Amino acid sequence: MVGASLAGLSAARSLRKQGYDGRLVVIGDELHRPYDRPPLSKEFLAGTLGEEDLTLEADGEDLSAEWLLGVRATGLDHTARAVRLADGREVHADGFVIATGAAARTFPGSEGLAGVHTLRTLDDARALRDELVRGGRLVVIGGGFIGAEVASTAYALGLEVTVIEAAPTPLAGPLGETMGAVVSALHADHGVRLLCGVGVKGLSGERQVDAVLLEDGRSIPADIVVVGVGARPCVEWLEGSGVVLDNGVKCGADGRTSLAGVVAVGDCASWYDPRAGHHRRVEHWTGARERPEAAIATLLAGGAVEPGVPRPPYFWSDQYGVKIQFAGHATGADSVTIEDGAADDRNVLAVYRRAGNPVAVLGMNQPRLFMRWRKQLAATS
Amino acid sequence: MIPACPLADLPRGEAFRLETDPPVSVFHTEDGELFALDDTCTHQDASLADGWVEDCWVECPLHASKFNLKTGEVDAPPAKLPVRTHQVVVEDGMIYVKLSTAAPNLPHCVARKLAGAGT
Repeated sequence: MVGASLAGLSAARSLRKQGYDGRLVVIGDELHRPYDRPPLSKEFLAGTLGEEDLTLEADGEDLSAEWLLGVRATGLDHTARAVRLADGREVHADGFVIATGAAARTFPGSEGLAGVHTLRTLDDARALRDELVRGGRLVVIGGGFIGAEVASTAYALGLEVTVIEAAPTPLAGPLGETMGAVVSALHADHGVRLLCGVGVKGLSGERQVDAVLLEDGRSIPADIVVVGVGARPCVEWLEGSGVVLDNGVKCGADGRTSLAGVVAVGDCASWYDPRAGHHRRVEHWTGARERPEAAIATLLAGGAVEPGVPRPPYFWSDQYGVKIQFAGHATGADSVTIEDGAADDRNVLAVYRRAGNPVAVLGMNQPRLFMRWRKQLAATS
Repeated sequence: MIPACPLADLPRGEAFRLETDPPVSVFHTEDGELFALDDTCTHQDASLADGWVEDCWVECPLHASKFNLKTGEVDAPPAKLPVRTHQVVVEDGMIYVKLSTAAPNLPHCVARKLAGAGT
């Protein structure tokens, strides 16, 4: 098992649940046992959850695994059936699960500049939290979910927050233009400044960042900068291994890769989506939690099982006290209808359709209706 | 025993939420069985009555932890603690709930609210 976060842990659990009782080695490049990432931009950053609340293993849970933590995998040798580690060791195995996740994209030229953060790991969150509690002016580069959640948390902590988004509308990719505008209006509702349609030219500051420079010539003063511009799959270590890569590890509809005895799960894996007819890399918590079950069944059966159709992808976000939930795919929808609530009240159930058929659903503070639509989506699509 | 609702008003696959403190929900499964559980997920403030019921499990509407309707046990994080289960009695077509005397496993935020501390 290469990767010790949610996808790796879920795969380890599935292995034991499905009857594998042999040796299991879990390799992780972070020193921590598996922990939950969603709270890192929310309750953990706000200080209402502690590190002990983030553990993903249950009390007394024993997967009888050997944990090799704090060491990075540097290569997969399929012929020798071994994973090479950065410290020179090799781990031999009969089957491999790739769950190396994704890494936050950084802003070029920001290396070594104090006050500039990305947010992906527990260590990232600790460092950012330590700065946020001191207050000041926060500039968030990127109006996506991570950026919006950090802005929301920092606003609640009393910071002066500005969000900069290069696209005309934040969240237009995952939510579409119309609902992206509705959700990102939460910033203005709370007095958080949102600047759209303008790129970032650079950061200013000697050792400590003091401003974000925009392409239109403006300079936004900043004590803290968070770069939330997406993530890239951590698959460089597989180059030359024979595992086919294409925006992550290219997988079948059950996580099988181009090599026998190797499956991939979580943020690094681009599974074939039978509904869409093409591959998609889905960076959602629920995918990392649910999909390893199918991948492990495939691994243990030597690829002899027929893959089922996974549930439509689902994710949530909490911003400014509003519970945002989304299931399905907004891309390809030709209409969005508000079925309940009102956009102005930030209380909405919106259904995305293609040729009249529901393909996605968005809820803002509508958990009950959202679940009904999500079930319907799973049944019909 | 607390009266919930007439059995005829709770179709299979549906749940009825009692506004007790903390709230309790009665689930009527597709197989026709009735179960009562604490309504609040043990991870965060979410109503399990809004969840996804399949076989003998209800999945939290927010973060996908599943709770066993018979035993209250949780399958996997983010929730780590079971929910309390309560006894269900049907008399003369009326559903009643006999509340458990065990301590509930409420999430941090809700436990604080009940204690009057606010959030």
